[in-house]
Amino acid sequence: MIKTSVAKAREPWVSTANPCHQCRPLGAMVAFQGVEGCVPFLHGSQGCATYMRRYLISHFREPVDIASSSVSEKEAVLGGGPSLRKGLRNVTEKYGASVVGVATTCLTETTGEDLGMLVREWDKEVAERPLQGGNPEIVTVPCPSYDGSHIDGFHGANRALVAHFAEACSPHGGMALFPNFVSPADLRHLREMVGAFGIPLTLVPDYADRLDGPALVETDPLPAGGTTMADMRALPGCRVSVELGRTIPEKLSAATWLEQEWKVPRRTLGLPIGIRETDAFMAILEELSGIETPEAWQAERGRLIDACVDAHKYLAGRTAVVFGDEDMVAGIVSFLTEIGMKTTLVATGGKSGRLAPVIERVTRTFLEEMPRVLEDSDFRDVEECAEARMADLFIGHSKGYKLARRHDIPLVRVGFPLHDRFGGQRLLHVGWRGALDLLDTIVNAILEKRQDDSPVGYSYL
Amino acid sequence: MEAPRVFEERMGQILVAGSGTDTISCDKQSLAGSVSQRACVFCGARVVLYPIADALHLVHGPIGCAAYTWDIRGALSSGPELHRMSFSTDMREREVIFGAEKKLEQSLRELIAKYQPRGAFVYSTCVAGVIGDDIDAVCRRVGKDVGIPVIAVQSEGFKGNKRAGYSAACQAIDKLVGTADTTGIGPLSINILGDFNLAGEIWLIRQYYEKMGLQVVANVTGDGRIDDIRRSHGAALNVVQCSGATMELARYMKEKHGVPFLRVSYFGIEDMAESLYAVARHFQDVDWQVMERAKKIVADELKTLVPEMKELKKRLQGKTAAVYVGGAFKAFSLIKAFRHLGMRVTLVGSQTGTEEDYREIQQVCDPGTVIVDDTNPLELGAFLKENDVDILVGGVKERPIAYKLGLGFCDHNHERKLALEGFLGMRNFAKEVAATVESPIWKFVPRRCGRTTAGTSLSTESVHDGSSK
Repeated sequence: MIKTSVAKAREPWVSTANPCHQCRPLGAMVAFQGVEGCVPFLHGSQGCATYMRRYLISHFREPVDIASSSVSEKEAVLGGGPSLRKGLRNVTEKYGASVVGVATTCLTETTGEDLGMLVREWDKEVAERPLQGGNPEIVTVPCPSYDGSHIDGFHGANRALVAHFAEACSPHGGMALFPNFVSPADLRHLREMVGAFGIPLTLVPDYADRLDGPALVETDPLPAGGTTMADMRALPGCRVSVELGRTIPEKLSAATWLEQEWKVPRRTLGLPIGIRETDAFMAILEELSGIETPEAWQAERGRLIDACVDAHKYLAGRTAVVFGDEDMVAGIVSFLTEIGMKTTLVATGGKSGRLAPVIERVTRTFLEEMPRVLEDSDFRDVEECAEARMADLFIGHSKGYKLARRHDIPLVRVGFPLHDRFGGQRLLHVGWRGALDLLDTIVNAILEKRQDDSPVGYSYL
Repeated sequence: MEAPRVFEERMGQILVAGSGTDTISCDKQSLAGSVSQRACVFCGARVVLYPIADALHLVHGPIGCAAYTWDIRGALSSGPELHRMSFSTDMREREVIFGAEKKLEQSLRELIAKYQPRGAFVYSTCVAGVIGDDIDAVCRRVGKDVGIPVIAVQSEGFKGNKRAGYSAACQAIDKLVGTADTTGIGPLSINILGDFNLAGEIWLIRQYYEKMGLQVVANVTGDGRIDDIRRSHGAALNVVQCSGATMELARYMKEKHGVPFLRVSYFGIEDMAESLYAVARHFQDVDWQVMERAKKIVADELKTLVPEMKELKKRLQGKTAAVYVGGAFKAFSLIKAFRHLGMRVTLVGSQTGTEEDYREIQQVCDPGTVIVDDTNPLELGAFLKENDVDILVGGVKERPIAYKLGLGFCDHNHERKLALEGFLGMRNFAKEVAATVESPIWKFVPRRCGRTTAGTSLSTESVHDGSSK
């Protein structure tokens, strides 16, 4: 019998201390990075763009250009339309942008800027005074920072992109894949997985190349890569759309929109992390392609299971606290459960209200007691839970480091942001391969701690 | 100067030293759509006040502003570390509509009760400003009840640029100064203004002053304490580094409390030495030995530093550098520091320099040096390519611009972990420059790999030849 316990994280505190999430526009900026020729643009104060750039650069270690309308006091009162239009013109002409992804911020949401009207004014202006090299597509998404988290901004922007570009087209048998906020390495691996079955794929968004690009002879202000406009226009012709993430609210879901507007069948799965979630994803690819999982891939699964066997005694009964974005933690908890670890506490800054049932679903039949789930929580809430102070392992993003350090608990870093380690953009979470990487890291974190704490200093572990 | 990526409207914010034009247009609002490297009023205020370690720093707004400034600077504390927590009222839609004063007050009270700070700063953000919360009134009320100073910082992001934030911070500190007893402060006493103790730098500087026989009353704000700042008006002199951030406070303290100030810089050999001498000169009539001690400190430090620098200079001679930093005064010192390494600065700029700052920069740099105010990635990238420098000095946001172009980089901003001030700092800086400029990786970077081919390929033949010799 599973006991469910969803704590009310916010009580008794009114304030938030050491947040577990970022604000909404940040996620939109990442999603817009995943479109070919697109410059992400914030309609708000100059500081927001600069802060988010710094935050993203520290994770991806790549140039991340985000334009801003730099709304001033005067424009906050009289309306930011002129700044927005000037900004759009400047950014299009200097960057050669073919798409500009505009998100509002708390400032412009509070002053009541009407995005629809602003875009109509822009359309009128460029009809009279066209831009050199053509007018860009303007995709807009409202991002009130006081409502939701960066993940809502990410999904909202994704849905806005799809809704903006999708148009009637003949069926083409392709697959639309909405991968969620995962790493560039994950995006590349997803492409490879789908590619192995020969299924034509449209991945939205796809920032794998733009946020993890090679060294080049000439740097282009707009890094190459990203989902093309043509592919997004043809989304209604897809045979199926697969959405990774069980906690995405319907009103922010691109797959739901495609289903409602264009009758593209939607399949919603968890992030393919660990054995069962990856199996489920591969099963869909088998079903769509009509072919069996190629041998080389089956071998990967085989090696994963073999490694899990080798590792199981190191992990048996070990307790873990997992924190981060909802779908990411759901995937991690699912995998931990498979390898015999006991997740005692799950914390997220998100508040979709869907996490607890998902955690229940991925731990059911494995754990006697369901982990405690904290939604809309911060790191002070986490610290106040006895589970956190007694855990063998923390798994989550860099912002949990202070807490891990204070209680001398090893932290395995996953997800976003990774500000205190190298290679966050190349961290692979998805697929059997990603699970194997995770397994090695987890086992080694536990062994390292055991070795360091031991007076013997074993050479064999 | 032909940079294709310069926005027409920004032409006035760029000039070439020695070209005849001598005024630069600056302190302007950033051009919309230009991807400025600048932040906002809130950011300016937050970075200045942040290092005050025993204060509660509460951000009144939606979560982003607090999330992005959590533990943002490497500002170290020798004691409490309350400043390294991120507190926010985490305003939600409901409060945006109905007002967030109540949430602010509850947050303040619970946090003060829990963390027992010596004072509190409440930062106003864009939304707090627009919805018109009376933050001042809440702060006064709570401060009176709990018996510690609770100060509202007028830092609504959109009300200007980072400089306006410095000003808001100075106004907040000004409210603290003069509110505590100055007993025990002698005539040979100073406050250190405009150092933020990144990588423990203020400890170095403080040590120099203490060796000179001076009493340091307050650090403003690196490793700062509320109670020290409250009695800082008792000091005989304010020593001000960082032109933009705390100069305004020094002016207030002169007007209100009669504390004179001196402008100094701790970057580079001459500037560091001259800072100690200038302070010593100030106290010459009170105690002539202060100067003797200052001279001894400099002489001792140079004894070991000069030979090391000579060695590094041999290796770095003739290389070129670009400098893009927040404050202009730092740029000024960096130009001189590079000269010590035999290097030339061919591009220099700042986010927040004033007309006067840029005039001074022009005087120290070589003719032909490009000077920019409030630049952006496209422009900076174009200038870097055109000038073909070996290293860029800047902050985290400039780092990937340099690396993508295949240039060396030195972090001279908030997040640095390496002390760059003082004599030790000059040594660290020189080593850091050498470490990046001399890296073998530039031989493989596509943009530069055509230039030196020696040793970049290992054919089987050459290995064979090598082993048979």
